[in-house]
Amino acid sequence: MTIKDMVDILHARVLCGEERLDTPVYTACCSDLMSDVLAFVNEKTVLITGLANPHVLRTADMLDLKCLVYVRSKVPNDEIIEQADEQGLAVIATRETAFTACGLLYSAGLRGVPIEWPESEEAT
Amino acid sequence: MSSVLIHADYPVEAEDYTRGGEASADIKRKLKQLGVSANVLRRVSVASYEVEMNLVIHSDGGVLTLEVSPEAVWLISADRGPGIPDVEMAMREGWSTASETARSQGFGAGMGLPNMKRNADDFDITSKVGEGTTIRMGFRLA
Ligand SMILES: Nc1ncnc2c1ncn2[C@@H]1O[C@H](COP(=O)(O)OP(=O)(O)OP(=O)(O)O)[C@@H](O)[C@H]1O
Ligand SMILES: [Mg+2]
Repeated sequence: MTIKDMVDILHARVLCGEERLDTPVYTACCSDLMSDVLAFVNEKTVLITGLANPHVLRTADMLDLKCLVYVRSKVPNDEIIEQADEQGLAVIATRETAFTACGLLYSAGLRGVPIEWPESEEAT
Repeated sequence: MSSVLIHADYPVEAEDYTRGGEASADIKRKLKQLGVSANVLRRVSVASYEVEMNLVIHSDGGVLTLEVSPEAVWLISADRGPGIPDVEMAMREGWSTASETARSQGFGAGMGLPNMKRNADDFDITSKVGEGTTIRMGFRLA
């Protein structure tokens, strides 16, 4: 699917990156914990979050993420949206909760980012 | 000794959540300009951001240093304290003493240090309570 499809599925509002809505997306992750995102994400993916602070953008920058989806009507301030736009991100916001947003996107074919577990963890 | 392509020092202030992460963004920009591969770039960026935010969240302030030679990228974080009483415990996934402020900013999962170790080819941490913590991470370029 594309970011535009996510906008339709989630009845979302586009906060920036209108011109990037054709970007294809295959996987997503959902978290408010940035170091979890930094630990487990290793591809250019979509981040579904309720955390509206500059560290979400910094995390997105470090990982080259392409789209942020804000849930439960959390919306970052204008400064953050401007910065996101400069970084080349698309940012959309939905009224759905994280659980429902993830469920809707999963049903439509989006999948979780593949996770590489460190060998030491396999048995636990 | 091999020649040094880049040497940059970034002072990082304690509790500065606004600027925390700027050093890592600059480091990423510099390495990208050098043409470092996407894989190394991502691993350095993640480790750098984690170690920089640890300086903001847990330390009394310190310096993050970037060193690039034709063979490797080095990140060195050295702080003024307070030091880590039990390094082995701190290295465990999920172990965190992060403040409420840090948690509200999206940190405190206790994933930073193990994540740095996993991303770096070379990882070394030394810490002394009352003195400070030094972390050296190497990333092979060849
Ligand atoms: N520079 C430092 N100075 C003092 N203590 C530190 C420092 N870096 C890490 N620590 C200690 O080690 C613990 C684990 O660090 P780690 O980065 O793994 O997790 P965290 O920072 O608490 O959470 P996260 O990184 O997931 O946001 C910290 O909670 C803190 O107690
Ligand atoms: Mg940390």
